[in-house]
Amino acid sequence: MSQIPKNLKYTPAHEWVLDEGEGVYAVGITDFAQQQLGDVVFIELPEVGSTIQLNDSIAVVESVKAASDVYAPLTGEVVAVNEKLIDTPETLNNDPYQEGWFFKVKATSDTNFDHLLDADAYEQECQ
Amino acid sequence: MDKTPLYTQHVEAGAKMVDFHGWEMPIHYGSQIKEHEAVRSHAGLFDVSHMTIVDIHGPESKAFLQFLLANDVDKLKSPGKALYTALLNEEGGILDDLIVYQLDPGYRLVVNCATKESDLRWMQEHASDFAVEVRELDNFAMIAIQGPKARELTSQVLPEQSERIQTLKLFEGFAKGRWFIARTGYTGEDGLEVMLPAKDASDFWSQLVNSGIQPCGLGARDTLRLEAGLNLYGTDMDESVSPLASNLEWTVAWEPASRHFLGREAITSEKEAGVKQVLVGLVIDERAIMRSGQKVLINGEEIGIITSGTFSPTLQKSIAMARIENTATETVEVEIRDKSFKAKVVKLPFVRKGKATF
Repeated sequence: MSQIPKNLKYTPAHEWVLDEGEGVYAVGITDFAQQQLGDVVFIELPEVGSTIQLNDSIAVVESVKAASDVYAPLTGEVVAVNEKLIDTPETLNNDPYQEGWFFKVKATSDTNFDHLLDADAYEQECQ
Repeated sequence: MDKTPLYTQHVEAGAKMVDFHGWEMPIHYGSQIKEHEAVRSHAGLFDVSHMTIVDIHGPESKAFLQFLLANDVDKLKSPGKALYTALLNEEGGILDDLIVYQLDPGYRLVVNCATKESDLRWMQEHASDFAVEVRELDNFAMIAIQGPKARELTSQVLPEQSERIQTLKLFEGFAKGRWFIARTGYTGEDGLEVMLPAKDASDFWSQLVNSGIQPCGLGARDTLRLEAGLNLYGTDMDESVSPLASNLEWTVAWEPASRHFLGREAITSEKEAGVKQVLVGLVIDERAIMRSGQKVLINGEEIGIITSGTFSPTLQKSIAMARIENTATETVEVEIRDKSFKAKVVKLPFVRKGKATF
């Protein structure tokens, strides 16, 4: 079974979002997603300072099996990316919710969070 | 869905199971890269019981197979010897690829599971002209043990067969009761393939696992065979292409010229006219992965398509097989997710004894 922490919000496209306070949100992909992908070998991340729009394709995960897009769960500016994923992409398989975060985004002030799912609703998506 | 005699063991070992042509098979047991590396450096274990075993018996077995197969079973000079061959239709298209073993008496064919029904129909149809019996073996399992330590560790599990296993030549096997043990495989490493009655499979598998051999799924099997430059039927070749367009001319026995085999006329004409397409190896150095279906181009002009592509755990970069126009080019472009990447054309295999060959 895959883990779905209660403190995170989710998208149906298998991203997770962590509210870090002051309008900054960490984003990654879920345990379910990494299990589906299998061994991850390359990850492309957005650039710090870039502006991302909700649902834009902003990162790519290449596993041995397939390439998969990661979509922006929020609109805002990228304020940090996890460089560690570039050198050790297997971090995503080992620890998708902590060490395996992708980037942090400073959300625009009018950001709406209604489209994000709580853990229970996301679990339904994974059925 | 069909299950192999080892299904329960796979599930208990935590394997992720997938539908593979109607069979519920393990794709990996956690990490397919670790499984791949185990085979290259130590030993790995594969359940290949989904494959179909067909025995050929009768006084005209040899003549039948000399007509049926593009390679010539006359090359098999003693019981146990094995040969890799294509099964062609009259147009020279590949119906399947298989290994044929000489038994005492008769022959054994190991064919792909996806093509089982069509292969059997094809064989039965042509068998009617010969005094032969074509019979699929039921209730059998097949286990591949592959890697530099494979024969040594299997010998420890089967001490009575140890000497025979240690002295087997490549592409040679032996029967022991209803078991058949052969030095063949699909990974580019040394190793064995063991056919055995289904009831014996579970104990044998457990003993192999307990001797430190890593269970491996279809995921690792695919990256291993691709590094080894071995074609996958249905992906790198099918009925629409000949062995000449599939890097398999070496498996066609043109001599003796008097031997008539199915597809001979068609591939002879193709060879005389000049082969239009070839199957080649591609490598890229950039951080992108080639996948089947991507376009291959020269100066923006499409010349072919990737048939199989993956990340090579041994080389730490992407490798692929591509069917392209028969040109002498050394580099091509591959279109990956709307971007163009430069790829080197290389000779297959990509990896031999764990090392890059180019």
